[in-house]
Amino acid sequence: MHPALSVIFFTVTAGAGYGVLFLLGIGRLSGLTPGASPDQLTTMGIVGLVLVTAGLLSSTLHLANPKNAWRSFVRFRTSWLSREAVFAVLFYPLCLAWLASDWFTGNTTMTNVLGFVTAVFCIIILVCTGMIYASLKTIRQWHTALTPVNFVLLGLLLGALILGFMLVSQSLPASRLVFVALCVGVIAGLSKIIYFYWIGQPAGPSINTALGFTRATVRLLDVGHSSDTFHNKEFGFQVDKVKLIWLRAISLILLFILPLLLIGGVLGSVGIATLLVAVISAYIGVFVERWLFFAEARHVVNLYHGFQRT
Amino acid sequence: MKLGLVIDLDTCVGCHACAVACKQWNTSGTTGPLTDYDPYGENPSGVWFNRIRHFEVDNYPNNKTVNVPMSCMHCDDAACVTVCPTGASYKREEDGIVLVDQSKCMGCNLCAWACPYGARELDEDAGVMKKCTLCVDRIYDEALPKEERQPACVMTCPTNARFFGDFDDPNSEVSTLVRERSGYAMMPEVGYNPVNKYLPPRQRPKAPTVEKKEPASSQSLIGKWMKRQKDAFNDYGKGAR
Repeated sequence: MHPALSVIFFTVTAGAGYGVLFLLGIGRLSGLTPGASPDQLTTMGIVGLVLVTAGLLSSTLHLANPKNAWRSFVRFRTSWLSREAVFAVLFYPLCLAWLASDWFTGNTTMTNVLGFVTAVFCIIILVCTGMIYASLKTIRQWHTALTPVNFVLLGLLLGALILGFMLVSQSLPASRLVFVALCVGVIAGLSKIIYFYWIGQPAGPSINTALGFTRATVRLLDVGHSSDTFHNKEFGFQVDKVKLIWLRAISLILLFILPLLLIGGVLGSVGIATLLVAVISAYIGVFVERWLFFAEARHVVNLYHGFQRT
Repeated sequence: MKLGLVIDLDTCVGCHACAVACKQWNTSGTTGPLTDYDPYGENPSGVWFNRIRHFEVDNYPNNKTVNVPMSCMHCDDAACVTVCPTGASYKREEDGIVLVDQSKCMGCNLCAWACPYGARELDEDAGVMKKCTLCVDRIYDEALPKEERQPACVMTCPTNARFFGDFDDPNSEVSTLVRERSGYAMMPEVGYNPVNKYLPPRQRPKAPTVEKKEPASSQSLIGKWMKRQKDAFNDYGKGAR
């Protein structure tokens, strides 16, 4: 699949924003943000909301006809993209009500309930984003429960690192949050490695089932078009095998190993510089990971263009 | 009604006439234009509803070229319709034709991602998704003579490899063909239940070959004598070497 930068930026940045807001939303209840004053919490919430908004705006860039984007709330019953759009829009009044409640009334039951509901919405939206891809039977590398799991875990990991950085920069204790980041990071890293093994197994349709000639070898003689088509450009993207292995290694190192070593080594007293490096490394790591998520996906229409397997 | 196509892979010669006729009809039809990019330049490209690919099945001496025209299969379980967030993609209750309402499409490409058959193409100029309409602006047109109320691709096929009809009617031409010639659906394991069916190439006995005979001249007396002289001449002196 063609890795569109607007979509990659959207899933990474909005994911990080939802991660921040999820952890803030349950922050008071779970004690992840001890000692933070209402205005500090609200400020950090607005940073999360800015990340979400930047991502959502970027997502409209890949639409060929964005003036009809408002119609995307119609097919809520069947389309995960529609569900994501609906929840993403409902999220705003909810999140703003929670931040306003925190700003004006502080630590009240109302604030905590609104924060908790916002946190639930964050997870729902991340799952919806993952399910847009996971629901496509035509791309076996996406059609797995690991896809939404991965979207949620990486959103939480980025969110925890960014929130940790913000807490430390305001001289607030962040050791619990960093511990959460560490746990999420380990689980996310393991699920990503499982994913890499899983997509390495041969499975799914082949050129034989695609054409119905299952008792003989089939090969493409002529693809029938003389220059690139929509399908070539959208689905025909292929990465060099060696480059792929390098990029996988780079994403795993930047995304999991380096940040986890940085924050794991000095759990008690994480420095601001350490966390900043961890945040930048993880963000670039998730960006590479998301690029690979698209680049490694092989759509079944390629079978009609001569691929033997997907 | 369940309208669709049957395509005979035995008789299709891969001439691309169906694709050209489709483009010609639809570019000025209700879903037109089928935009061309760089039409007179180095790499002409554009939107097509029907594309033909050419494959070789099995190995020599049993190999066979199979030409495979592909357009929208108007699937019973069309995921392109269910994933569409705007409601632009829809499947008609009355005849099962899958269409795009271009005034509602936002060009997100998700339906094209969901389609295993490559039936949907984005018109980059108009910013909307376009696809085969089964010539819906033709098959119901009462201004046309009855025999011309068929999709343009079916009308034009020079080898009669394409058939159009109602799959819900067990006695229709398409249902009969599928029944009698083991018509099948492509990539059934994806589970979309495509309506269009393909007829496999017929099993033919191996083409008869004739044993090579001696030239007629060697049968006659003079011919035999000539051959003997020739062989003797060729053999002459062989032992000396």
